[in-house]
Amino acid sequence: MRVQLFGTCMVDSFYPEVGDATVRLLEHFGVEVVFPPGQTCCGQPAFNAGYRNEARGAAEHFLSIFTGNDPIVTPSGSCAAMVKHHYPELLKDDAKLAETARSAAGRVYEMSQFLVQVLRAHEKVFTGSGKLTYHSSCHLTRTLGVREEPLLLISALQGAEFVPMPDAMRCCGFGGMFMAKLPEISCALADEKAESIMATGADTVTGCDSACLMTIADGLQRRGSDIKVKHLVQLLAEGL
Amino acid sequence: MSEEQTSRNFRANSAASIADSSLRAAMKNATDTFGTRRTAAFGAIPDLEGLRDKASEVRMQVLDNLPQYLEKFTANATNAGATVHRAHDAQSAKELIGSILKERGVKMAAKGKSMVSEEIGLNAHLEASGIEVVETDLGEYIIQLEGETPSHIIVPAVHKNRQQVGRLFADRLGVPYSEDPQVLTKIARKVMREKFLAADAGISGANFAIAESGSLVLFTNEGNGRMVTSVPKLHIAILSVEKLLPSLADLPTFIRLLPRSATGQAITSYVSLITGTRKPGEATGAEELHIVLLDNGRSEILAGECREMLKCIRCGACMNVCPVYRTVGGHAYGWTYPGPMGMVLTTLLTGMEKSYPLVDASTLCGACVDVCPVRIPLVDLILKLRVRRISEGYSDSREKLGMRFFGAAVKNPAIFYWVERVSRLFWPVIQKLSGKNVAGRLPEPSSKPFHRRMP
Repeated sequence: MRVQLFGTCMVDSFYPEVGDATVRLLEHFGVEVVFPPGQTCCGQPAFNAGYRNEARGAAEHFLSIFTGNDPIVTPSGSCAAMVKHHYPELLKDDAKLAETARSAAGRVYEMSQFLVQVLRAHEKVFTGSGKLTYHSSCHLTRTLGVREEPLLLISALQGAEFVPMPDAMRCCGFGGMFMAKLPEISCALADEKAESIMATGADTVTGCDSACLMTIADGLQRRGSDIKVKHLVQLLAEGL
Repeated sequence: MSEEQTSRNFRANSAASIADSSLRAAMKNATDTFGTRRTAAFGAIPDLEGLRDKASEVRMQVLDNLPQYLEKFTANATNAGATVHRAHDAQSAKELIGSILKERGVKMAAKGKSMVSEEIGLNAHLEASGIEVVETDLGEYIIQLEGETPSHIIVPAVHKNRQQVGRLFADRLGVPYSEDPQVLTKIARKVMREKFLAADAGISGANFAIAESGSLVLFTNEGNGRMVTSVPKLHIAILSVEKLLPSLADLPTFIRLLPRSATGQAITSYVSLITGTRKPGEATGAEELHIVLLDNGRSEILAGECREMLKCIRCGACMNVCPVYRTVGGHAYGWTYPGPMGMVLTTLLTGMEKSYPLVDASTLCGACVDVCPVRIPLVDLILKLRVRRISEGYSDSREKLGMRFFGAAVKNPAIFYWVERVSRLFWPVIQKLSGKNVAGRLPEPSSKPFHRRMP
């Protein structure tokens, strides 16, 4: 099996180790990983701020890079949701582009979704350790509908204890441009999230979106906590 | 209240709220409680999703045929003895109500909870013309004593704790300080009973109006709403035009959804149906009933792309679960309606110029969409308003420039990767320029970005 990997801009700049872990995991399961060159950003910053033309430009660029019929896999719930739900709507006025968008929407997977639904990786055993908690990111859960998959993978981490956090589905405060435009509220939300995480007594918090994990790490740091923040693909790749 | 709209100061307002620890504690406590109760109340309802579909359909049916339903309601309410008025805007509604009261020599009016009256600033208008208005909903009474506006559409004084209410009562009513809610409620009840008996008129809102029967429907918990509408000889009800339901047969759906969504109750203590004036032989009811149907911008919303906002039944569930609302409270939004429904409705009703920063008051997390009993696509509406803000020329100029640049770079990998590289080189400068609350919260960019690690 062959997949196209969409690294995402967050991973490209700030968290390349998440990209490395994604590749390791996919290859471990015998998947050939193609990294289509020239990929940039899915366009969420523009789309969420109301800049439809710029978002459309990002969508068109993405679709010109991710061609063919292979599944598109990305370690980000919100970027997958963007491709799946917003590209077809953004490009609906151009029949040809709309068709291409629908095709991409039909083959895009968030990584935990791909691991469970296609590779059935949750049926394998990974080595885990310590006490884990999980942040259920908004677009992954509500827009993409990926609720159980990350939890199934967490339960495949043998040796790790899972402790659910209170209000796991409450927003971390990132919100794209929101964090820059209303930083006081964004920080307050990150702090509240950090407190929920600290209340679990976990030593590691995980999730499926680097932007949320970044916000969470910031909140934990402000609270002086040494709880580790790791993308789920990192925990799984470490546990191979 | 429309004169004092401070929605443009949303960021400063919210920063002040965040610094207020007692406000934050009160908000957290109340919204957590309502959220938990709501979840528990719906646990016992089979096919909640089907019920939400049905409620959404009924509300859309009303909106799609609003002129006909308004005509039907007017005819049936008139037949039942009411006088039905249409008010185009806030000013005409206030003048109309003021003149009805003045013509009848009313000195004091007892008022039930009504967000529409807050929207038009009714109390201030009546008081300026020498009519005393007494709020009889406990929460409304508290904020009236304090000279504040509601910070929640269901729980107007949600931002206050009982110690603050105790001090307020001691100061304004000359009673001994107490922070016992039961004692405070008793005090309020005693003051209000006297006012009820002395009031020459009752003013109320309505949760729904039934086109088929000309009835008004009120959901209340304290009993004051029923007294306001039935004890004084004159009753004036004000409601916005979209509050109609086709028939009484549609009401059970909303009886099941509204109290559960709002307070987590299976039903409110009182559900009042008022059809016209007191009939011969009836013991209670107003002898004269005026119903004011307020437009105040609704027709324009109805004609636009955000018309689904008018499905709203004012349950407040969206604000209870909204991370932003929970953190900043209702006053930060700077007008009558707060939270997700409020940021959309305020922008639509008062216009972009007065409210454009409100459009940012969402992380787009979608918690509101999860709970809306009538399935208003709030996130989509917020996104539409963000698009509209740009086309109406109220977007931030730096953001606009940044987005232009982003739009060019995102299509051109060479530029995109070059920007990444330059950002990394100048990271300390960027962090300093953007302030510790923005880039200061981001980690340092990697020295070897992912695309350079891939073959």
